[in-house]
Amino acid sequence: MTPPTIDTATFDELKTTAGADFVRELVDTLLVEAPLMLDEMRTALGERSVERLRRAAHSLKSNGMTFGALELAASARDLEVRAAEIVASGDATPLDALAQRYAAAATALAELTRE
Amino acid sequence: MNEPAAGRARLLIVDDNKVNRLLLARNLELQGHSVAAAENGRVALEMLHGERFDLVLLDMEMPEMNGFEMLERMVGDLQLRDLPVIVTSSLEDTGSVVRCIELGAEDYLPKPVNPVLLRARINASLEKKRLRDQQKAMMRRFATPEVAQDLQRSGFALGGKRVRASVMFSDIRGFTPLAESQPPEETIELLNTYYTLMFDAISGHGGIVSQMAGDGLMAIFGAPLALPDHCEAAVRAALEMIDLIRLFNAEQAAAGKPQIRIGVGIASGDMVAGYTGTNERATYTCIGDTVNLASRLEAHTKVAARAILIDGATHADLRGVDVESLGSVEIRGKSQPVDVFAVAAPAQQG
Repeated sequence: MTPPTIDTATFDELKTTAGADFVRELVDTLLVEAPLMLDEMRTALGERSVERLRRAAHSLKSNGMTFGALELAASARDLEVRAAEIVASGDATPLDALAQRYAAAATALAELTRE
Repeated sequence: MNEPAAGRARLLIVDDNKVNRLLLARNLELQGHSVAAAENGRVALEMLHGERFDLVLLDMEMPEMNGFEMLERMVGDLQLRDLPVIVTSSLEDTGSVVRCIELGAEDYLPKPVNPVLLRARINASLEKKRLRDQQKAMMRRFATPEVAQDLQRSGFALGGKRVRASVMFSDIRGFTPLAESQPPEETIELLNTYYTLMFDAISGHGGIVSQMAGDGLMAIFGAPLALPDHCEAAVRAALEMIDLIRLFNAEQAAAGKPQIRIGVGIASGDMVAGYTGTNERATYTCIGDTVNLASRLEAHTKVAARAILIDGATHADLRGVDVESLGSVEIRGKSQPVDVFAVAAPAQQG
């Protein structure tokens, strides 16, 4: 069984504690900020900066956990942990996979905030 | 000092991630706190030096200056070292969390931050800060700001260090008959006014009052903080004390109340300064021959009928103050006569 893109228990709890309207604004902020983090990761890979790649992945992991985007968080965590290895190989495949996870999470979050 | 009002505090969030900053700020505002935010450690330190905060919520992974570096800076900063910091991070290795605590962080909360835990940790940290602030306020009441600062910087340890400084002894002439001639309430009021005036004059010239006993006091110029012109500072303080007594006496005379006179002795040189007493009860003071000489000079003001007497070492470093040599004087406790000088001072009584 495929896990849900967004863990609704986490997302509902977030709405309960912070307020639905606020969470809508927070999702809007994520939709602006996350693509910048993905860009930063690609730049970091191009410039072979392990530290910048790791930090951007760490940041996106944190946001994924906040919204219950568990697959996005797991994928970002993988990049964070393997930053040195990925920079050494120069392979952008893990970044492509992360971007796909993010796209799925963004769509799901947009849906959830429209409900 | 502005104590945080119960349940409401000024908090600083330090996090490079905008979503995290907004969410944490929202949670804290819902808990009734007032919040500001910085996107890295460098910006946060600037804000902490420009505004008073009660607590910092600190992320560790940040560009420019990360959380570890900011904690290190705070530990080395007297103004910030006691400010509570709660680390909020999704760091996964225990070693990093331990390092945060070792660097002085009060607590650690993993992200995403649970609002209930957040409230509990913040309240506990603010309560600890309130108690620390109370202790500091208490310390300021019983110690001078310089001693309080020295204690804060170096911690408390009995023992001393050798310093070069000036010591002043001062007391009220004929205090016992004065105290016996009026109700005790009036004597206490007179003493309080006297001490307020003397403290102002002494601290205004960089000295600290280390001891008070009855109508007498002992002040140090040059410890715990070094004072380059300690001789000059001590004598200028003594002259201001005499002048303040003159003004005080004019008010006393106008109110039909008794007037007072003081005698001041000052000696300069090497001495040992530090905390003496026990670990439970101690005072900051100076000891040594110089201190004994200052005390003897103060006593000798009665014999010499002069308000301010100083020793040769103090005189040698004075500029622009009128003094009169009283020659070599036999001082009790000294095997050799001592060169004594009287500082020209205005009459104390009208």
